[in-house]
Amino acid sequence: MTEKSTESNPVDEKVKALEAQFSNILEADERKGYSGYLIAADQLLNFATRLRDEFGYDYLSSVTGVDYLPEEKMEVVYHAYRSAGGPALVYKVQVPRDNPVVPSLVSVYPGAEFQEREAWDLLGIRFSDHPDLRRILTWEGFAGHPLRKDWKEPFYQEEKKPFKDRWPEGKVSRIEDTIEFGKNVQYPPSFDPESWTPEVDKLLYAGMTQMEPDADSNGRSLDTDHIVVNFGPQHPSTHGVFRMVLSLDGETIVDLKPVMGYLHRNHEKIGERNTYIMNMPYTDRLDYICSMGNNFGYALAVEKLMGIQPTERAEYIRVMMAELTRVLNHLWAIGFLLNDLGAFFTPALYAINERELILDIFEATAGSRMMCNYFRFGGVARDLPEGILETVRELVHERLPRRTDEIETYLKDNEIVRTRGIDVGILTPENALAFSTAGPVLRASGIPYDVRRADPYSIYDRFDFNVAVRYNGDVYDRYLIRIDEIRESLKILEQVVRDIPDGEIQAVRPQYQVRVPAGEAYGRVENPKGELGFYIVSDGSPTPWRYHVRAPSFINVTAMAEMCRGYKVADAVAVLGSIDIVLGETDR
Amino acid sequence: MYGIGILKGLGVTLKHFIETYVDDIRWLGKRYYNEEALISRQGTDARGVFTVQYPEEKLITPEEFRYIPFLVYDEGPDGEQLIRCTSCGICSKVCPPQCIWIERSSDPETGRPIPEPTEFFIDIDICMNCGLCAEYCPFDAIKMDHDFELASYDRIKDHIFDRERLLKPASYYASIRPKNYQQEEEIKREKEAAKKAKKSK
Repeated sequence: MTEKSTESNPVDEKVKALEAQFSNILEADERKGYSGYLIAADQLLNFATRLRDEFGYDYLSSVTGVDYLPEEKMEVVYHAYRSAGGPALVYKVQVPRDNPVVPSLVSVYPGAEFQEREAWDLLGIRFSDHPDLRRILTWEGFAGHPLRKDWKEPFYQEEKKPFKDRWPEGKVSRIEDTIEFGKNVQYPPSFDPESWTPEVDKLLYAGMTQMEPDADSNGRSLDTDHIVVNFGPQHPSTHGVFRMVLSLDGETIVDLKPVMGYLHRNHEKIGERNTYIMNMPYTDRLDYICSMGNNFGYALAVEKLMGIQPTERAEYIRVMMAELTRVLNHLWAIGFLLNDLGAFFTPALYAINERELILDIFEATAGSRMMCNYFRFGGVARDLPEGILETVRELVHERLPRRTDEIETYLKDNEIVRTRGIDVGILTPENALAFSTAGPVLRASGIPYDVRRADPYSIYDRFDFNVAVRYNGDVYDRYLIRIDEIRESLKILEQVVRDIPDGEIQAVRPQYQVRVPAGEAYGRVENPKGELGFYIVSDGSPTPWRYHVRAPSFINVTAMAEMCRGYKVADAVAVLGSIDIVLGETDR
Repeated sequence: MYGIGILKGLGVTLKHFIETYVDDIRWLGKRYYNEEALISRQGTDARGVFTVQYPEEKLITPEEFRYIPFLVYDEGPDGEQLIRCTSCGICSKVCPPQCIWIERSSDPETGRPIPEPTEFFIDIDICMNCGLCAEYCPFDAIKMDHDFELASYDRIKDHIFDRERLLKPASYYASIRPKNYQQEEEIKREKEAAKKAKKSK
């Protein structure tokens, strides 16, 4: 079952009550290394609704699909949590692979919308009653479902790495010279460019609420245009290649649809071809601003599968790096939110100034400022160099608190920021939970859910820190909560630097071929942008069977439409800046 | 008064502005283009202009900094290159984007593999600078270089490094990574001493 503790705690009691109530439709997952429940597709909606209403599992964190080709099944895995805290309730639906149809959970948890679209796009699992089942990460005319086990990419060489032609007969060649078009494209055999007409975004525009061209604009005296504007992928304020399609009435937003996938690299498929240790540098490139945090989540997931614990010193170093990353990220986020609001780059550069000092620490320790590749299974890769702890102490005790105060006085009382931030883009607490938002977005709306407190991982239960919460849920609160979180991180860092022990940094001898037993694991961390989760299914071979990333930026954007309706176009920029997305994570 | 917030913010900007001049004067004209000042300007009590005047000034790369790998050879007594690499292939197997090609040849008479790479290619366009090859090499033969100024005009010809391009002496390795070099030399000396002690028994 989900918990193996022998003492009875309230969560166990509830789980037992749950199993008793649903014993006729729930079936425990008996596969080796797996946990959770299997449920039939037709019972899913009923079960999920009752779980949310009666048992308090009101936060659906992750919806993902798995392709079990040998057993001819597709499986959809749900991780549900209670906003009061506690471990996950994992339930799964299995459907036949040649016609996978699962009822959609969007009516129960609206936050499942984008994740179900992703399962449709990448795996071909159809969700009945989904309001808008279109492809999300690939373009609308894409042929095939990339994450299926029988789909091969254009640069395909072998099923799993390492490839045999690299050694011992290392005849170098560029893959572009050996494939059909010389580029990363492939076309289905039936494709005829002469007869193909692009139906660009027809379904997208059809699904948007638009006002009729001649509709009465609420009797206003201004004769406003009703148009659809593409806040294009190329835009300086969209924090990356991100597109929003806005349906406008004058300047007021009637409907908003985010379109993503311009940076989709099929990270999850690459992850299935890589061995476990090879995946570590790839995780750096997900949320490329918080690379240490991504490494942390992945290391946690694989360590759960392997059943090993890192050493004491490594745990302290990990927490130190994670909290430094949080400071890093929030400085960047604040800087760029203020940039979006119009303070062109001065506050951003002041914030990035402080960031540089932290990046120098990363460079001296891990070898690289951004793509750190520092965590290993059982510890960290290298020990801290001499003098680094002193630098961290100086930063944490003196420089960063001063600069945080300075950034706060800089623009907190600024009238322009207040007018553009207060009561703009409000996200109510109920919506925040329902849309599965996580991180500062959730906590600025009044729900004090922080994975470090709700479901502690690593050694966070030893540190004394508060969970930052704000109650208005607008852009201004999301700006202020990031400053609060920087202060909390500095508190944790003071304790880490005070208590860090000496010792070994790796629990197991470093091996380049890691053997991971079969099973599944979900490792989640509180990344600065939200809850980052890694769902890994292992079949005992050197490479993962399924590797899924629960990306906070991807899921936080589900709430964009709700936050922007009724506000002006310029507010959409402010709201997007306050959600703080990074495209590497949104698109993977 | 309405507008206090904006004035507070402008006060912060003014402070930064004045600080740039104050710091310049404090250094009496020696603030740029010398290493001592650069280290201080990038330290934790840095004030004033933070910019590094590249390419006249370059940031000092820390020892652990990793860019493209290189192969290490020890300099023999007659100036010959004693290549450490035995073409075991571990770096090529652990490389995440698979950018290392190693050609290993066999001795024509005995048929056993020669512990030296006949050819060694790294495609630096594919290399993701992760450092896993250097981390898992059992012979300390491949290490991460610090040189990042590798731009060229023809990516197809210049961006696949062959064995000649990749070989660099151990003295170069000691100059860019002194602490690592010392630690490895110590481990080697201890192993030699242990072997000698065993043999003499």
